[in-house]
Amino acid sequence: MEAKVRIPTLCHDEALSPYGACRLCVVEIRSGDKTQLVSSCTYPALDGLEVRTNSDRVTKARRMVVELLLARSPGAKVLRELAAEFGIEEPRFKKEDEDCILCGRCVRACAEIVGANAISFIGRGASREVETPFRKESNKCIECGLCAFVCPTEAIRLEEAGKVRRIERWHASKEMQQCKVCGRYFAPKAQLDFVAEKSGVPRETLEICETCRQM
Amino acid sequence: MKKIVISVCGSTGCLAGGAEDVVRKFKEETGKLGAESVEVKTTGCHGFCERGPLVVVYPERTMYCGVKESDVPEILSAALNGRTLDRLLYTDPTTGKKIQHEYDVPFYTKQRRILLGLNGVIDPTSIDDYISRGGYSALRKALKMSPVEVILEIKKAKLRGRGGAGFPTGLKWELCANAKSDVKYVICNADEGDPGAYQDRSLIEGNPHSVLEGMIIGAHTIGSSQGYVYIRHEYPLALKNLVTAIGQAKERGFLGKGILGSGFDFEVGVKRGGGAFVCGEETALIASIEGRPGEPRQRPPYPTESGLWGKPTLIDNVKTLASVPFIIDKGAEWYSELGTSKSGGTMIFSLVGKVNNSGLVEVPLGMTLREIIYEIGGGAPEGKEVKAVQTGGPSGGVIPRRIFDLPVDYETLAQAGSIMGSGGMIVMDETVCMVDIAKYFLNFTTEESCGKCTTCREGTKRMLEILTRISEGKGKQEDLNTLEELASVISEASMCALGKTAPNPVLTTMKYFREEYEAHIDGKCPAGVCKALIAYSIDEDKCTGCGACAIVCPQKAVIGEKGKKYRIEAEKCIKCGACRDACRFGAVVVT
Amino acid sequence: MQEIDEILDRHGRREDELIAILQDIQDKKNYLPEDALRYVAEGLGTPLSKVYSISTFFRAFSLEPRGRHLIRVCTGTTCHVRGASEILDEVRRSTEIANGQTSGDSDLSLETVNCMGTCALAPVITLDGKYFGKMNRNKIKALLRKMALAKEQ
Repeated sequence: MEAKVRIPTLCHDEALSPYGACRLCVVEIRSGDKTQLVSSCTYPALDGLEVRTNSDRVTKARRMVVELLLARSPGAKVLRELAAEFGIEEPRFKKEDEDCILCGRCVRACAEIVGANAISFIGRGASREVETPFRKESNKCIECGLCAFVCPTEAIRLEEAGKVRRIERWHASKEMQQCKVCGRYFAPKAQLDFVAEKSGVPRETLEICETCRQM
Repeated sequence: MKKIVISVCGSTGCLAGGAEDVVRKFKEETGKLGAESVEVKTTGCHGFCERGPLVVVYPERTMYCGVKESDVPEILSAALNGRTLDRLLYTDPTTGKKIQHEYDVPFYTKQRRILLGLNGVIDPTSIDDYISRGGYSALRKALKMSPVEVILEIKKAKLRGRGGAGFPTGLKWELCANAKSDVKYVICNADEGDPGAYQDRSLIEGNPHSVLEGMIIGAHTIGSSQGYVYIRHEYPLALKNLVTAIGQAKERGFLGKGILGSGFDFEVGVKRGGGAFVCGEETALIASIEGRPGEPRQRPPYPTESGLWGKPTLIDNVKTLASVPFIIDKGAEWYSELGTSKSGGTMIFSLVGKVNNSGLVEVPLGMTLREIIYEIGGGAPEGKEVKAVQTGGPSGGVIPRRIFDLPVDYETLAQAGSIMGSGGMIVMDETVCMVDIAKYFLNFTTEESCGKCTTCREGTKRMLEILTRISEGKGKQEDLNTLEELASVISEASMCALGKTAPNPVLTTMKYFREEYEAHIDGKCPAGVCKALIAYSIDEDKCTGCGACAIVCPQKAVIGEKGKKYRIEAEKCIKCGACRDACRFGAVVVT
Repeated sequence: MQEIDEILDRHGRREDELIAILQDIQDKKNYLPEDALRYVAEGLGTPLSKVYSISTFFRAFSLEPRGRHLIRVCTGTTCHVRGASEILDEVRRSTEIANGQTSGDSDLSLETVNCMGTCALAPVITLDGKYFGKMNRNKIKALLRKMALAKEQ
C-alpha cells in the first residue's frame, strides 16, 4: 500500500484495521515453490517474500471482483470507474440493486474510531447485510456521520431538515443541537452527549457551534 | 464374569431405528428369566449402519441385523441355548448363505477396524470398560517420554490430519511445542460439518475416551494446560457421552491437576457449535470460541503460532487425536506400515448414498476406491451402475467410475480434483445428475459462506445462478466458460479454505461429466432428475390398469379407470415420482 | 429476566461465553426474544450490535418463536441423493409452511438441517426430536395426517 506501486482497494483504509473483504487488493506471492494470491492489506510482510502486484493472475482476479461488485451495485460511481479501468462494459451477471458492497468500513469506523458499535454485520453468506440491532433505531448511534464519510459507494446518506438529522439506512432520526450563539443546528445532540461523556468536557460548552467557539 | 454379552448398537443411527426399545426389552427379558450370566450392553456405532439396528452376541460374535423389539425373546433364547436365530443373520447376496459371525461378514472382512475397534465392544459411558481394554496405557507411556520423543513417534508414524487437507500431524505438534508461550491450548475439532460424514460423531459417541486420551497426550507434548472440544450442536448424544467421559476421566486422575502423579495439569472444556459449517475452519472455530461470529481470518499467522486468544494452539480433528494412543502403544512402525509411503494408518470413511452396504468403513490408506465401493460397499442397489463417488464434502469433488482403481490417499484424491476431507464418501449411480449435484453443493456453500469475501459470497452466488439456469434448460454455451472463469478466481482469490474449495464440485463435474452439462444446454437431463427437462408418462404396453399410480398422485394428474390404461396429464404433473415408486410393473417412464 | 440472570451467572458473565449463553437461552425459551438479547448485552457489557450479529450468524438460533412442534428435514448430500428434495417439497405442500417458518397457528415449524449423521436411514426427518428414516412421499403424508388427527383430539 506504499509509495510507487498502486494497488486498488475498496475495503481498506489506513485508519481502520485491515479486513480483507473486497479482494481487490490481491497480489501474487511466492514462498518457496508455491505461489498464491493473497489480499495485500492483511498479509504480513515477511523477509524474502516475493510479491507480484500486476501479474496476469492478479489482473484476472481483480477484474472478476470488479465485475461481481458491479453486478451487485451497478449504480456505484467508484465501481463504474474501476470497471472502465478494467475494460468492463456490462457485467455478465444479472444486475442487482444493492448500494452496499459489504466492505465493512462503516462497521469498523463505528467500532474502532467512534467506539459506538451501533452497527454490525448480520446474517451470513448471500444474505449478509450491515444493520442496526433488530433493524431499529439504535440508541448507541450518535449520527456522527463517520460511516457515511468512509463509505466508498455513498450508500449511507445523511439528510438534514432543520432540527432533525436522519440516516435512513440506520432508521435513525435525531434532534440537532442549536447553537446558543448563532442559532444554527450544527450537530446531533446525541453526538455531543457522547463527546462530553468520553472527553469529560462539560456538556454546556458543546452548546456552541465550532465556528462560534472560535470567535 | 458374565458368560454372554449382548451388545446392542446405541449410536444415533440405530437409536433412530428403535435400538432403545431393543435394549429395554433385552433388560426386561433377562430380568424376567433371572439370567445372571447375561450382560446387556449399549455400545457405540458398529459400522454396518445399513443393517441396523445391530445386535452382536458374545463370545461367538453372532451378528443379528434389523433387530426389532419383538425379536428380542427369540434372540435371547437362542443365545442361552447355544443356538442362532437364523432369520436375522446376515445373508450373503452372492451366495445366498447365512453368515453367523460378525467378522465373516463381507462388509467387515476387508476393513481394519482400529479406531472403531472398541465401538461395539465397550460401553462408552464406562471408563472401566475402556481401561480394562488397554485404555489410558498410552497416556501412561507418553508421560514417561519426552515431548521430543513423542513428536518423533508421531512423525515416524506418518500420521496426517484427518479433517481436511492432511497436514503432517507430527510437524504440527512440533511447531506448537516449539512456540514460546507459557499459555497454549489444545482444541479437538469435532465440528464435522460435511453432509454425509458422521464418523467423528460415532467415535465420540462410541469411544469418547480414545479422543480424550489423544488430547491429553497432545497437551503434555506441547505444554498446554487447557483444552476444548468444539462439537456440533446437532450431535446431542455425542455431546452427552463426551461430557460423561470428561467427568469420569477427571475422577480417575486422567484430567485435572497432577495427572497420574506427574506435574502436568490439563482441563478439557466443551464448546458447542452454533450451526455454521464455516466454523470447521480453524480460524473461524477460534473466533467462535472467543465469542465472535465465525469469520475466518488471514493465515499466517497460523494457530500453532497465534491461535486461541492469540496463544499457540494445537487444533486437530477427532480421528487424528484418536489415532495417537495407538501410535504410542503399538509403535510408529506398526502404524506407518498400515498405509502408504506418504500416509500411515487407517482412515474412517462414511460410505453412504447409492450403495448397498452403507455405513462406516475403516481401511488402511492406499486401498482403492473400487475395493471400498464394490468389495466392502457391495456396489449400488437394484443392480444400477455406480457412476461416481463424491469425497471431501462440499470442498471436494466427484470421481468417476473409470478411475476407481485410484488408491485412496491425500495426494491421489487431490490430483483427481477432490480432497480427502473428513472422510465422507457418497456413492452416486446413474440416477444422479451431475449438474444437479454441482447445484446442490453450491447451494450449500452460498448458505454457509460467512459472506466476507467478494469472490466467495458474490462468486458462489453467481455460480449457483448459472447452474440453476442450466438445470432449467436455459443454459448457454458461454455459461460454461463463465463458470470456469468464476471457479478459477473464487479458488484463487478467496481468503479461506471454504471459498478456495467451493468451486471443486463444479470443476470436477465439468471435468469428468462435461457431456451432462452439454446435454442440459441441449435441453436434456440424461439422469432424469432436473424437473424442467423431464416428463413422466405411462407406457401403455406395461400398464395393467391397477390404478396404484392414480391413488398416490398428489396432483390428481393421473387419469384413467381401473382395468383400463392410465395416462398422465403433463400440465398437472409436478414430477414428484410417487407414481413411479408405486408402479410394480415399471410402466411409469421418465424421459 | 431472572432465568437470564441465572444463565449469565452460570457462565461467569464472561463476554466470550456469549454463544454458549445464547444457546442456553435458546434451549430454554425455544427462541431468542428481543428483550432477552437486550438484557444479555447489558448484563455482559457487550455491544448489542455484537449480540445481534451473533444471533443472526449462527443457524442454531431463531429470532422468531418456534412452533410447539418442530419438523426437521435433513438435506444432507446422502439424503439429497436419496430423494430429500421430494420429502421437503411434500412437507411444504401439505403444511403450507416455508422453510424456516412457523405455521400461522404457531403449531408447527419447519427447518432443514445440513446433516443429521444418520445416512443409512436416508432420507431422514425428525419430528419433535424423534427420527423417521427411509421416508418417501407417502410416509411423510401419513405422518403429517397422523399429527393433524392427534391435534384434533
